[in-house]
Amino acid sequence: MKAVMTVTAPDRVGIIAGVCSLLADMGVNILDLSQTVMQGIFTMTLLVDTSTSTHNFDEIRTALIKRGENENLNIHIQRADIFDAMHKV
Amino acid sequence: MLDISDIMQTVNMIDHQHLDIRTITLGISLNDCAHPDIKTCAGKIYDKICRKAGHLVEIGCEIEREYGIPIINKRISVTPIAQVAASCESENYSVIGQALDRAAKSCGVNFIGGYSALVHKGFTEGDKRLIASIPETLAETELVCSSVNVAATKAGINMDAVALMGRIIKQTAYRTAKNDGLGCAKLVVFANAVEDNPFMAGAFHGVGEGECVINVGVSGPGVVWRALQDVKGKSFDVVAETVKRTAFRITRMGQVVAQAASERLGVPFGIVDLSLAPTPAQGDSVARILEAMGLETCGTHGTTAALALLNDAVKKGGVMASGHVGGLSGAFIPVSEDEGMIEAVKSGVLGIDKLEAMTCVCSVGLDMIAVPGDTSAETISAIIADEAAIGVINNKTTAVRIIPAPGKSVGDSVEFGGLLGNAPVMSVNSAGSGEFIARGGRIPAPIHSLRN
Repeated sequence: MKAVMTVTAPDRVGIIAGVCSLLADMGVNILDLSQTVMQGIFTMTLLVDTSTSTHNFDEIRTALIKRGENENLNIHIQRADIFDAMHKV
Repeated sequence: MLDISDIMQTVNMIDHQHLDIRTITLGISLNDCAHPDIKTCAGKIYDKICRKAGHLVEIGCEIEREYGIPIINKRISVTPIAQVAASCESENYSVIGQALDRAAKSCGVNFIGGYSALVHKGFTEGDKRLIASIPETLAETELVCSSVNVAATKAGINMDAVALMGRIIKQTAYRTAKNDGLGCAKLVVFANAVEDNPFMAGAFHGVGEGECVINVGVSGPGVVWRALQDVKGKSFDVVAETVKRTAFRITRMGQVVAQAASERLGVPFGIVDLSLAPTPAQGDSVARILEAMGLETCGTHGTTAALALLNDAVKKGGVMASGHVGGLSGAFIPVSEDEGMIEAVKSGVLGIDKLEAMTCVCSVGLDMIAVPGDTSAETISAIIADEAAIGVINNKTTAVRIIPAPGKSVGDSVEFGGLLGNAPVMSVNSAGSGEFIARGGRIPAPIHSLRN
């Protein structure tokens, strides 16, 4: 399944590294990544493929949310279809 | 890759602007549950609902997690019970109401709709028995919703039914007096009721529908309100365009969820209902959208025009976003369920007369309005007749969901809790309508009903 992840947090060193290593540990493949800092807020969006993982979507989502809570990151992961539908005619 | 700002916009809509799917409603035909013995009939109804809707909540929650979109309600609508129960050799249908309640609880849904009768042209024996049992059923069940269609553009207005429903609403309020007349919040009187409405309390599975169907109701007043903050002072052309674009996005989300639910449940997709459905939460109000167009308080002069623009733009934006649009589709204006409406009534700017005018251009009608407990049945019937006339003449759905709150008078308020919210008690006209309602009979269908 292709999913869109968003990560927002006050900017600091190592956010990308932390999130990406967790994804790698779970076998989730990153297809695309884009990152910016807006008014001091780190904002990253990733397009990921969860089908390469041995974990199901719920497990991946739970692990990400838990990591987010521990490290003060606001993390969302949602199926990519919803964004295509809402923003492309 | 999608544009980063588009992605963040969607995430913000969900996180901060109350964007959600208001309801996934599974419509179930109960035509095959008829039986002369009412207990057997009730048993068949319970079994069929549990069989068809057993996984509805589980799948709804699964979609919610995967798509990251809150689905506030999972609901069931069924064939109007007056038709299913017509062959029962029993005077009282409340046994079936209780079976519906048990089935809804067993499936874990929020509400079940369809304790209903369609009497716009006349009553069958089954219709009479069902309507007579509405007060008892609404008092003794928690999740059952009831509706009665008393008028249609093709048939005119059944004034006997209008008179009867005034009395039924009073009895329902009386039977649920300890909860401020809560039963009346689950009872809708319609003109031109639609067969595929996913919203409560008026949902039922129409006679032209298939065995089972998934209908989805979207929401999103907060998103529209936020979008209008960026076009302050601009012309109405810009306002309409902004609402359309926003409605398109909201509806696309509804369409994706509806398709996912349809595939996973193995049930055909019916329609997406493009309604802006408010909640009592801050930032989720239709009244605040109207005020964002430049009105000091909802209810002042200009409100009807603002609502007309909103209702039309929502439809235009949404219609291209979904394969099948239906239900009520438009903007809802319930009082108790909308934080801005509640404030407008409390401030004295919004009254029942202005709300009636607004129902000419909104998607439904006088909704969740609390009136004094001593309001007569005839006055309630006359309010229903006025709404039915607006619906019949304008070829649109109108409805009345009114609560004559026992023991309450103007200045008091009633508290229903949850999405039903709280309502300030509004004044009604003190001049009587008794002789008008006592006439009975049928107001003929308008000339423009003859379209063949």
